[in-house]
Amino acid sequence: MNENLNYYEKVGLKVGLEVHQQINTKQKLFCKCPTIMVENGNFKTIKRFLRPSKSELGEVDPAALFEYMKHKEYIYEIPEEASCLVELDEEPPHELNQEALEVALMVALMLKSNPVDEVHVMRKVVIDGSNTTGFQRTAIIAMGGYVNDEEGNVEIKTLCLEEEAARKIAETEDKVIYRLDRLGIPLIEIATAPTIKTPQQARRVALRIGRILRATGMVKRGLGTIRQDLNISISNGARVEIKGVQDLNLIPKIVEYEVQRQLKLLEIRDELIRRGVKAEELESQIIDITEILKESKSKLIRKTVMEGGGVYAVKLRKFKGLLGMEIQPNRRFGTELSERAKLMGGVEGIIHSDELPGYGISQEDLNKIMKYMDVKDEDAIVIVCGKYENCKRALEAVVQRAREALIGVPEETRAANDDGTTRYSRPMPGAARMYPETDIRPIPITEDILNKIKSKLPEDPEETIRRYIVKYGLSRKLAEELIDSDRGKLFEEIVAKWSENATLIASTITYTINSLKNKGLPVENIKEESLKKIFDLISRGEMAKEAIPEVLEYITVNPNVDVEEAVKILGKGGISIEELEKIVREEIDKAKDVIRERGMKAMGLLMGRIMGIVRGRIDGKIVNETVKRMLEEELKSLKQS
Amino acid sequence: MELSEELSHYGELVKKKLSEAGIVIGDRVRVIDDTRVYEGILMPRPILGDENAIVIKLPNGYNIGIKIREGTRIEKISKVKHELKTSIIKEKTANNKPKVYIIGTGGTIASRVDYLTGAVYPALTPEDLYELIPELNDIAILETEQLFNIFSEDMNPQIWCKIAEKAYEKIMEGYDGIVIPHGTDTMGYTAAALSFAIRNTPIPIILTGAQRSSDRPSTDAALNMICSTIAASKAPFAEVAVVMHSTSDDESCTAHRGTKVRKCHTSRRDTFKTINGKPLAKIKPNGEIIMQTNDYNPRGKDISKVNLEAKFDDKVALIKVYPGISDEIIHYLIDRGYHGIVIEGTGLGHVPQNMIEALRRAVENGIPVVMTSQCLWGRINMNVYRRGVELLRIGVIPGEDMIPETALVKLMWTLAKTRDMKEVREIMTTNIAGEINVRSHYEV
Ligand SMILES: [Zn+2]
Repeated sequence: MNENLNYYEKVGLKVGLEVHQQINTKQKLFCKCPTIMVENGNFKTIKRFLRPSKSELGEVDPAALFEYMKHKEYIYEIPEEASCLVELDEEPPHELNQEALEVALMVALMLKSNPVDEVHVMRKVVIDGSNTTGFQRTAIIAMGGYVNDEEGNVEIKTLCLEEEAARKIAETEDKVIYRLDRLGIPLIEIATAPTIKTPQQARRVALRIGRILRATGMVKRGLGTIRQDLNISISNGARVEIKGVQDLNLIPKIVEYEVQRQLKLLEIRDELIRRGVKAEELESQIIDITEILKESKSKLIRKTVMEGGGVYAVKLRKFKGLLGMEIQPNRRFGTELSERAKLMGGVEGIIHSDELPGYGISQEDLNKIMKYMDVKDEDAIVIVCGKYENCKRALEAVVQRAREALIGVPEETRAANDDGTTRYSRPMPGAARMYPETDIRPIPITEDILNKIKSKLPEDPEETIRRYIVKYGLSRKLAEELIDSDRGKLFEEIVAKWSENATLIASTITYTINSLKNKGLPVENIKEESLKKIFDLISRGEMAKEAIPEVLEYITVNPNVDVEEAVKILGKGGISIEELEKIVREEIDKAKDVIRERGMKAMGLLMGRIMGIVRGRIDGKIVNETVKRMLEEELKSLKQS
Repeated sequence: MELSEELSHYGELVKKKLSEAGIVIGDRVRVIDDTRVYEGILMPRPILGDENAIVIKLPNGYNIGIKIREGTRIEKISKVKHELKTSIIKEKTANNKPKVYIIGTGGTIASRVDYLTGAVYPALTPEDLYELIPELNDIAILETEQLFNIFSEDMNPQIWCKIAEKAYEKIMEGYDGIVIPHGTDTMGYTAAALSFAIRNTPIPIILTGAQRSSDRPSTDAALNMICSTIAASKAPFAEVAVVMHSTSDDESCTAHRGTKVRKCHTSRRDTFKTINGKPLAKIKPNGEIIMQTNDYNPRGKDISKVNLEAKFDDKVALIKVYPGISDEIIHYLIDRGYHGIVIEGTGLGHVPQNMIEALRRAVENGIPVVMTSQCLWGRINMNVYRRGVELLRIGVIPGEDMIPETALVKLMWTLAKTRDMKEVREIMTTNIAGEINVRSHYEV
């Protein structure tokens, strides 16, 4: 780890984390709608446009302009049961949800963060359509505090309460469809200072914050209910924001790959400087090469021409070889150009000279293009196909990105792929455009509210894990599993009565239930009462612990059958020592010849036969002891006779 | 803005500490109490909330409130230089574009946000409008004037007159159309008032507004302004109309006749509806105008027939009937010297028995009483039931299918011309500005 730290120290890695967690309140943050998702239905829709609001300085935010340039129409699906006029931006917001505020304050206190004295709700301008208003309502609830970590504490900058965005259902070239059920669900946003030093630390801090959030018992679970954004930079690189990471285990990889990406981009920059490339030499002069390629055998080009489109290209002077350079696993510098082209021009992708001949474009075709465009050996070209307007926008974006290569790493917002690499999503927003939400009055945070919350502050999850280890003798892994699966409370209830079985209880309600769930069984049918009954039977010797999975499985499929009945039906009812001794006696009598011949070595055979009869009905250990004892007695009496 | 005024919502303790440190709104400050230190820009205080909590804008753009106690220190870090700039886009002058005059009355159709302070500035110069709503550039040459800057709810008949006079002046100067941005609450009343005050307008006079404030990216003001300007520039009708969103979608606007329009929802974009008639037209932002009726006054060039009749008698009351209503209200109006009463009766135009005598007294005292219906939809008919017949007998004037607000404005306008009971009845029952449809159509 130290070696690791040294490496990341050397590259100057700085990571900041933003965790967004949906809160499980009954109602949304600024209206009385329930916080539920609606999956099916014939939804009514409305159609809206958003325009970037210009500031007093006349300037427009780069990210806002970027969305506006796409000139999309926004369609909102309106699930009746989970949206009202507030989500439609047809009614002013109601007062801030007090329940959500209390959860946010609870988390703040757990993080030792200082609540503000008065909450002021702000409007943060966002015009990608994900908010019908064109802004997200957000408020700082607390500032400061820290997350402790083995590589050093990480400071909390802010804890905000904000409204969740609408969820995107579909996107086409000219419109985006959103559904309004998710819009307005309360969200806690926790932002750390950019002082995380290693990829693993980033994961741990995210995990720790997640556990603290869950300790409140008031957060939503399931896909998409918690998301983390990562701000990553290295020395001489730039701040890149990677949004919407859902899997914590992916975090170290994302950080590593981003470091790799920034280092490679700096390499490309150095090479461009060495080659003497100047930004002004990179002109976005778009050349129509449709005619040149009219004889080409490329299917792509033939298809384009048949559909009435054209083939267009730009020259990137002295870029040869750089477009094919890998900057993240399976992602080349050309990929970055391609992403910009796709987003800004709606083209399907780019073809660049580092991968030619290819795509059906022959060496002969390439020679013709190079001659026509006056391309020198040291240059690169980028080709796109489609309608002129689209191709023009695409190639302009390509040239823009090529120019940015001269600076090194462009500041931008990216999205995580499943393999830990990232893709471009939009320019980094300028300084947040925020102004007060005048429809909501300031909310005081009084001593009374804080005292009320302090009195019911949950135990720190780190403390809970320690307690499980020390008090119940659980392994750390099992204790963490309990915390992360939200079954700590259930565990404590059961273990309170049958504490001698702590590990068995913990592994049953985590691993055993999970494996049934993985089989696709309806584990929600397992009632707390049933679990309690099972451990009761085990402690009375009326059921063997080996039978737990089978009994639980039976209950999931037959929810109306109670545990005792299930045990009976499955023939897993416990047997007494006397009964066991009777069975052992019978088996010893049957195997007399073998025993005479092999002595104690007959133990294995006997155990096999006897377990076949009593498995799951009495503890295997007891069977083993009983068989051993009775076999020894048998041998003794044989010897005497 | 006066500084003292900006500080006005702060409590004495805060004021004292700020003045001791020489701090004014907009300064960068540091606030230090026992355990916490905050730095940011001092903001004005909203009226509501704790007057001893100071509001600062943090460098990340958020505002927070910090409670100031005796022991809290407030230090000045620096003065923030902050100039308001507007970048000016030269209008593309093309002489063949229609000329539209915009008369501001309050209620902002466009605004800029100062993200440093959170303040919202209304924008009404043509340059501002072209910049904030670039589509206007292609529609018309705009000239603007901020005639008033008042809340919709503070509108009154004196101001109607001023607006009417200004509109009349601009008609006579030869503009192709007039747009009047107006708060939505009383836009319907003003629309009715202008409909009566300006006789025989040859051009459209369009009122418009916003249900969602113009500082937000989702404002309805932009589409409303675009469609209003289109209507003012080239609509075939020459009438006073309200032009606002047709539906909740940002797709088209509807032009409603000024005497038939009513605000029907507290907050939705499509709050305005035409009652007892068909809307004039549907207007799309691409310039398309789809007429919804053939019954309208056509646009013309002739300004010789334009007549300004901008006088309103404000001693008129509108009374809504309800179960248990007392006749005292009517006696009070008579005793206080009111000149006219509009009743918003039940159903076809009824009042409870106990009001009959009071209404008879009003009429006998030369106070015209006009009957309308609180149903809003449908026509008055006082011949069907006995109570109606009684009311007719004592001289109550049936308001036909006029909406109560329009009947009120019309009675104010009529009484400013004449107090003669016969003449008032004659005018009130005759269609002057599209306020009465003699036929009730099935499809409206
Ligand atoms: Zn709602």
